[in-house]
Amino acid sequence: MQFATRVSPHTVGPASVNAVMRHVLVALLPGTLLYGLLFNAGVWLNILLAVVSAVAFEALILRLRGRPVGPAIGDLSAVLTAWLFALALPPLVPWWVIVTGVFFSIVIAKQLYGGLGFNPFNPAMVGYVVVLISFPRQLTAWSVPRSLESPQAPSLSQLWQTLWGQLPVDAFTHATPLGAVKTALTRNATLSEIFSGADGIGGWLGGHSWELLALTWLAGGIWLIRKGLIAWHIPAAFLGTLFSFALFFYLIDSDHFLNPLFHLFSGAAMLGAFFILTDPVTAPASPRGKLLFGAGAGVLVYVIRTWGGYPDAVAFAVLLMNLCAPAIDYFYRPPVFGERHG
Amino acid sequence: MISRLFNTRDTHFRFNGGIHLDDHKAESTGQPSAELSLSGQYTLPLRQHIGAPAQALVSVGDNVLKGQLIARPGAAPSAALHAPTSGRIVAIDARPVPHPSGLSDQCIVLEADGEDRATDYSPVGEDWPSRSREELLAALQDSGIVGLGGAVFPTATKLGSAREWEVTTLIINGAECEPWITCDQTLMQENAAEIVRGIGIALHLSGATECLVGIEDNKPAAISAMSKAAKASSYPITVVSVPTLYPTGGERQLIKVLTDKEVPAGKLPSNIGMLVMNVGTVYALERFISTGEPLITRMVTVTGDGVRAPQNFRARIGTPLADLIQAAGGYTASANRLTLGGPMMGYALPDDTLPLVKAGNCLLVTSPAVLPEKPAALPCIRCGACAQACPAGLLPQQLYWYSRARNHEALEKFAINSCIECGCCDYVCPSHIPLVHYFRFSKTDIRSAAEESRKADIARQRHDARQARLDRIAAEKAAKLAAKKAALAKKNAAAGDDKKDAIAQALERAKARKAELNKDDKQAGSSAETGGN
Repeated sequence: MQFATRVSPHTVGPASVNAVMRHVLVALLPGTLLYGLLFNAGVWLNILLAVVSAVAFEALILRLRGRPVGPAIGDLSAVLTAWLFALALPPLVPWWVIVTGVFFSIVIAKQLYGGLGFNPFNPAMVGYVVVLISFPRQLTAWSVPRSLESPQAPSLSQLWQTLWGQLPVDAFTHATPLGAVKTALTRNATLSEIFSGADGIGGWLGGHSWELLALTWLAGGIWLIRKGLIAWHIPAAFLGTLFSFALFFYLIDSDHFLNPLFHLFSGAAMLGAFFILTDPVTAPASPRGKLLFGAGAGVLVYVIRTWGGYPDAVAFAVLLMNLCAPAIDYFYRPPVFGERHG
Repeated sequence: MISRLFNTRDTHFRFNGGIHLDDHKAESTGQPSAELSLSGQYTLPLRQHIGAPAQALVSVGDNVLKGQLIARPGAAPSAALHAPTSGRIVAIDARPVPHPSGLSDQCIVLEADGEDRATDYSPVGEDWPSRSREELLAALQDSGIVGLGGAVFPTATKLGSAREWEVTTLIINGAECEPWITCDQTLMQENAAEIVRGIGIALHLSGATECLVGIEDNKPAAISAMSKAAKASSYPITVVSVPTLYPTGGERQLIKVLTDKEVPAGKLPSNIGMLVMNVGTVYALERFISTGEPLITRMVTVTGDGVRAPQNFRARIGTPLADLIQAAGGYTASANRLTLGGPMMGYALPDDTLPLVKAGNCLLVTSPAVLPEKPAALPCIRCGACAQACPAGLLPQQLYWYSRARNHEALEKFAINSCIECGCCDYVCPSHIPLVHYFRFSKTDIRSAAEESRKADIARQRHDARQARLDRIAAEKAAKLAAKKAALAKKNAAAGDDKKDAIAQALERAKARKAELNKDDKQAGSSAETGGN
């Protein structure tokens, strides 16, 4: 009797790339639902369009590259990239902003570098930064949270019309809390004046409504850590550093520097900490490398938010730290078994 | 003495990494082990151990007795080989042997005569404690005993070097961490007293002052049997129940779990005063000292969902694997893979005509339900699951990258040689990348590159030496030539001077004659000419 021979190990574990991506998507789900509820359903329309176009672009480019399409689509990585990209967008954007961003994410940042696992930069953030720089007007016009009495809450048909560019988005939007603070500070207002204003941008932790969203991302992230799908090192180092820097300057001058909790619970800090910086493809491999990577991103976010030209900075911080990841990996090798103690 | 009071203990030391696997120990432990009946023919590879092959002492046609030495150890380290039963040598030639790459090797083939007559053993016997270490080690040289945990390192050599290293702790490996395998467990349950006596002999030979027996906590019966036997003895033995976690049976991992000490990377346990032996090895040692019987049988597990009646057998070395399968009830309809060893580190065998070798602890026969085909590999997403599982503290995702790039410098920097090929990274990889396969390739790739560069160095040195010699010869030749030339030139120069002189003299003479003539002719003109001269 002849038997097939194969190299050891012969046992196959239960893990799969599809399961990894699926779990991350599941962790994103509560926040995604809440995002839509807090603002408007435009969030979900954006995700839908982004996912559809990402899968289409991925299939197209894989065919052009002569690679099998099925396994690459089945790993859900394109869906996750598109999802994260869409979450970075304001709830109301025209369709061409989404398609352009997804094109850069999937085609340029991911597939032209060799596809999943070979991209040096986080694809979702590349797409986001391209549209942020190219279409600043569309990307900074944020919807007003439902809970704040907005001038007119957009109806579903209006959402549909804005998506297809038939209605200007300005009607329903204003700046994000971080953006509003930044603008006010440049006009020499103090923080106490800004928060006591009638805008109602401040909540009890961060930006109004934004803080709830941030808490939901935090919960999803903790679930991922408990599942063993992401390591705690990057989020802890990132949030810890951002908090410490913010605390330091806040203690020096609380009228001109935002309090540390506002930094953590506004903008993309939580989403970035648990879902974007932790993308393993573009982050360092070793635990200490991850700490360094997260801390570097924390510093960059604080610096850009406080002294830079943009109100939020997670995307830039992620891309800049992505640049450093290979070097961190090359120069820092953790001690192996038998190197710690004699 | 304290260790006798606290004969069994737990441990709270841990190694990083490792994975939990379904142990599948129950399948083959439902009944006690059985003696395997005689086979018709035994195939005995001359190299069943690490080191030089044994050298055959018999020829085709010779009749041999059970236990007779049929091949003596080659250059150390090496191990002897004995006839598993009485019979006739029918062939000594290259045959397929159990090998990861399916290679053939020189084998002695013995046809059993069915009488199973043993040679006269001359055991050391009960008074071994009074014998000198040298005497016992000399006797062990021809025992054929090798490490039965899988490494098959000749035991006489190992024990012989123990005193040089000042070994203080003897570690007995009864962890048996791989799923399905139960031969050590069965041996501990059935022969604990002999194992403990064997430990006593190993303590005497190694000079170690204490012994720790590590057994995974999924084998309570083995732990209790060994504890009782240890308590009944006078040896400083502590039986330690260790958590069930693959690969606790790796010697470095076991030492860490038992003592919290790490064997330095690139060094051996003896560097930190430890000696690790498998339970099967100390059992064989006891058999040899007490009864004189060399290593001709071993405990082997025949298990998996591909055989009808999984069980442990005391089988003779050289037994055709098909006979073991037969004894375990034969194949089931769904059996499609045959593995020697466990599902993590064993290797696949192409068929059951191969013989049982000393390293053969388990014959695993499985259907696709137990060992499914590995799905096609996807790209590495660097998720780091491999690094979390690695018991050697490596970063497999980085090594994989460098392995694909054949970047030897980076591979060595990231300590590829600390990889024990346990397969944990492979098992947890969500992309199903055959990581261990890459690392095996890279290790050999680095070795052959080093060998290549060593050869190139030698070739360069030879070339340089030859060039220097040629240059020297050429220089010598040139010098000789130059010397010759110089001599010739001198000679020529000298000869030239002579000529010139002769010419000058001749001229002189001619002039003189002319002058003479002129003097004769014209007195005044001649005086003017000589003034101009």
